[in-house]
Amino acid sequence: MSTVTKHVVVAGGGVAGMEAAGALAELGHRVTLIEKEQKPGGHLKQWHALFPDRRPADDVRKYLSRRIDNRNIKLFTGISVEKVRKQGHDLHIELSDGSALTADAAIIATGFDLFDARRKEEYGYGIYDNVITSAGLEDMFNAGRITTADGRTPSRIGLVHCVGSRDEKVDNNHCSKVCCVTAVKQAIEVRQKLPSCEVFCFYMDMRMYGPYYEELYRESQEVHNVNYIRGKVSEASVNINNRLVVKVEDTLAGRPLRMELDMLVLMVGMEMSQAGTRLAEASALGRGINRFLETGDHHYGNNLGHVKGLFYAGTCTAPMNITDTISHARAAVTETVRYLTTR
Amino acid sequence: MNGSAGNKFGFTVNRSRLIDYDASDRLVRDYVTLREPSFRLCFACGGCTATCTAGQHAPFNLRRMNTFIRRGEIEPLREEVTRCMLCGKCLLVCPRGVNTRNVVSLAAEAIKKLDRNEL
Repeated sequence: MSTVTKHVVVAGGGVAGMEAAGALAELGHRVTLIEKEQKPGGHLKQWHALFPDRRPADDVRKYLSRRIDNRNIKLFTGISVEKVRKQGHDLHIELSDGSALTADAAIIATGFDLFDARRKEEYGYGIYDNVITSAGLEDMFNAGRITTADGRTPSRIGLVHCVGSRDEKVDNNHCSKVCCVTAVKQAIEVRQKLPSCEVFCFYMDMRMYGPYYEELYRESQEVHNVNYIRGKVSEASVNINNRLVVKVEDTLAGRPLRMELDMLVLMVGMEMSQAGTRLAEASALGRGINRFLETGDHHYGNNLGHVKGLFYAGTCTAPMNITDTISHARAAVTETVRYLTTR
Repeated sequence: MNGSAGNKFGFTVNRSRLIDYDASDRLVRDYVTLREPSFRLCFACGGCTATCTAGQHAPFNLRRMNTFIRRGEIEPLREEVTRCMLCGKCLLVCPRGVNTRNVVSLAAEAIKKLDRNEL
């Protein structure tokens, strides 16, 4: 089969977009990769180490950088895709700078936004200095220093699971999937970096769905002595000693529990990104009750929307980890190539 | 049933049911964990409690007992810990390989030592 070069636009230069662009370019197609930030890499740019093996996030960043280092790829940064519409056999793609592109096909890889923890006001993010998010803890890992706002080494840290996930009060009934194992990973990292600091995970369920996640959970108890309390934290406050106090039901004891902490880490979930939402609304793309892009079929069509020639990759369709995002992006490329060669 | 008027109207003071983590210590937990490190592995599935013969006839719940030990709530355990017959059936079902029988023995031992100020 002879290869005819086609032009594909990839919207979003995070993990999914970079992998999709790289795979398409490798097959000889001309790719325009469009990233709204100044640099590609998405949320991975902020992460220090990855679950379940705690390898440096840099490893995957480097892999993806190599992936898009291809003369078939044109990368534009600081620009976003605002609208996609069908124009004959082609797609007409409007960008935020007012310009437009014509493409044979396009892949949407606009990813996710982290839940804004201020919306769970009862946890005190943005109100109390020592309430941070899981992303904020990664910043501390990157800086090589885990301290309270006034520079002290914490002696007790609590991690709250399901912040902005599985919570009707913020209109997110979905599970973000990766926060549980992120909490286990971060709990272990804190225990390794600060051996005298006690760590408590407040969870509703431990959803260790991926390979080696359950093993990591076990290791966190067996080797690192991480404590787990089953119950959803109802609120955080500050006492007269300027220490955080959390209220939770210890559901395994069947009794309410209160505890003082030096730092509270909120495991923020994934939501449909604002950029993706704009694009979906302008282009009349269907979305699910979880507000992520609705795919053609949950089982065998989860890279497809209803617009022919437009494909979906990664967390714009649902929360997923890096491994699944890369697989999903490769699958989107397969669908795209099939479309381009058979239409 | 025929208590004071106060009783009738419910004006009695109950002990707080709150687990105040900072008002208690973890001496019993540390005693048990040091001698039986597998205690750390319990993830509260309740398999031990489901198979427990003693628990079918008396208030004895090993799964909940493990939680109380971890939180430092010793008072509810004093009676409970004596009800185990040490048959060891719980050992056979534990999916995390906790030496459950030894946990009960050590907890009973630790509580005795606690009362003698030996912990």
